[in-house]
Amino acid sequence: MNAKFGRGLIASLTLVTGLSAAATTAAADVTAITGAGATFPYPIYAKWAEAYKAKTGVSMNYQSIGSGGGIKQITAKTVDFGASDMPLKPEDLDKEGLMQFPAVMGGNVPVYNLQGINAGEIKFSGEVLADIYLGKIKKWNDPAVAALNKGINLPDENITVVHRSDGSGTTFIWVNYLSKVSPEWKTKVGEGTSVSWPAGVGGKGNEGVASYVQRIKGSIGYVEYAYALQNKMAYGQVKNKDGQFIKPDDTTFKAAAAHANWEKAPGFYEILTDEPGKDSWPITGATFILMHKVQNKPDNAQEVLKFFDWAYTNGGKMAADLDYVPMPDGVTKLVRNAWKTQMKDASGKAVWH
Amino acid sequence: MTRPFSPAHLKRQHLLDLAFRNTTRLFAFLVFAILAGTLVSLLIGSLPAIRTFGFGFLFSSEWNPVTEKFGALVPIIGTLATSAIALLIGIPVSFGIALFLTELSPRWLKRPLGIAVELLAGIPSIIYGMWGLFVFAPAFADHVEPWLTEHLGNAALIGPLFQGPPMGIGMLTAGLILAIMVIPFIASVMRDVFEIVPPMFKESAYGLGATTWEVVWHIVLPYTKIGVVGGIMLGLGRALGETMAVTFVIGNAHELSASLLMPGNSISSALANEFTEAVGKLYTSALIELGLILFFITFLVLSLAKLLLIQLAKREGKQS
Repeated sequence: MNAKFGRGLIASLTLVTGLSAAATTAAADVTAITGAGATFPYPIYAKWAEAYKAKTGVSMNYQSIGSGGGIKQITAKTVDFGASDMPLKPEDLDKEGLMQFPAVMGGNVPVYNLQGINAGEIKFSGEVLADIYLGKIKKWNDPAVAALNKGINLPDENITVVHRSDGSGTTFIWVNYLSKVSPEWKTKVGEGTSVSWPAGVGGKGNEGVASYVQRIKGSIGYVEYAYALQNKMAYGQVKNKDGQFIKPDDTTFKAAAAHANWEKAPGFYEILTDEPGKDSWPITGATFILMHKVQNKPDNAQEVLKFFDWAYTNGGKMAADLDYVPMPDGVTKLVRNAWKTQMKDASGKAVWH
Repeated sequence: MTRPFSPAHLKRQHLLDLAFRNTTRLFAFLVFAILAGTLVSLLIGSLPAIRTFGFGFLFSSEWNPVTEKFGALVPIIGTLATSAIALLIGIPVSFGIALFLTELSPRWLKRPLGIAVELLAGIPSIIYGMWGLFVFAPAFADHVEPWLTEHLGNAALIGPLFQGPPMGIGMLTAGLILAIMVIPFIASVMRDVFEIVPPMFKESAYGLGATTWEVVWHIVLPYTKIGVVGGIMLGLGRALGETMAVTFVIGNAHELSASLLMPGNSISSALANEFTEAVGKLYTSALIELGLILFFITFLVLSLAKLLLIQLAKREGKQS
């Protein structure tokens, strides 16, 4: 009986190894592409993947493990593409032999919790937001806030600053903006996916910040535009580079992307904060895809590019439904060009024709 | 099929015994292997941070991912402070629960109450966290914190602990939620050990005219102290390592502040928050070193508990 059990065990072991061998051979055949990285674009990538699979039969498996993880995975070549909310600097791209391109956009909005004051009523300027986040402006009726908001009865309430506690591309876009508009922020705090916050409490994820702002009276926070909409939060107007007070929506996000000078940005290293233009929302950001320039699996790479080519052409409506902003046509043209010129297989042949 | 007690049969039994004994031994030694493996991988992972910051890591309150300067003081204090609050509240309350359940409760109430305590222990921590954030924190901010600031904020010595804006989120809230989470653990262990006190002891004391309090304090507690300390340590272990519930309500700010009403950070919540997006070797390594520190704190606490128990056992020997 014992021997029988042993034989059964061996049989099942062989079965398992056989199965895993089958799985590895299947991976070489391109019916599936894999990606990993940023959490912010996960909903739209998943939606695109579903629609793409229905159309072509090729499935795209995306793990939203965070931008940091995405960069690590693509560097280690365990995935076909990585995704990051923070673009890599051209020198870092060169060092790892990577290229990057923007996939989809979104925007950050300042949200607040003030009783009796509705969405879009409070006006901010970049300097005021920076001073609030530096802890220098402590009350809502501070003269600096009041000067921008004549006619609104601002309460004598303490401002509680809410920021992200986890590292995040959302934070990167926010502090990148603050660094651009406030020299003091740039020297004291700087920019990154997480920073050393001079003031406030930290919420985990967009939902964490949203729930803290909804619960703490007199608080201010920053979230993805989509979260502000879905949670019906009060968001403020922000003064842009041209001195206009702008409300966040897809047209003002697109305006920011259109005014960005992508052609002059090596490796698409372009952060869409504080862009010029009358209608540009100043706190816009794109999320990026990372791939190796020299592909040892060119079939997989081509399939990834096909996927994003399809998403640029057909995915705009789906993106807008989820409150993302698709990349403008001018930018996608540049991206397709970069695919042609930059990505090669091992023999030096272009992967994308 | 061999006949029972035939030499062949006995030999096979012997072999089976041997195999069984060695298998169980292997499983037992697996514990050592896992412990050592964890320690070694934590050490290797935190080497870059240890090399860069040295012992200063333990005493620096700076946590700046931009300039890559890291220090563990804030999360260490947060972990210890929230666990201390949890025990400060949890121990007396659990003692009360166990006392009522074993000595004072009417018989028909014992079972439902006991089961309720055990059910409380089984609630996943994330649910405590959500409840803490959505229900407890707002109520705490509106009704309790203003009162604390007003009445205790200016008191001598403890005053600075209770100053600050009432946000409902902070070290005190985290400590209170942890207290609620450790109470069922400590209470159910205490109840179980209180119940094993031989009735003869208690009845003799009652017969000599002792009050219920005297019986509990002089008979039940001394008889069960090892179990009671064990229960407290179980609770402390949970409080030290608790991640999700604390992350929800502690405020997650790397900031050292005297007030318990202000946001802080604990080791486990810092790890949960920052690991996914930690870019750069030093950042990841600093986080792993935080994990190593938590490992040591837990190890230290458990060793101290063991020492305490040994001391207690020694004294017992002398008295009898």
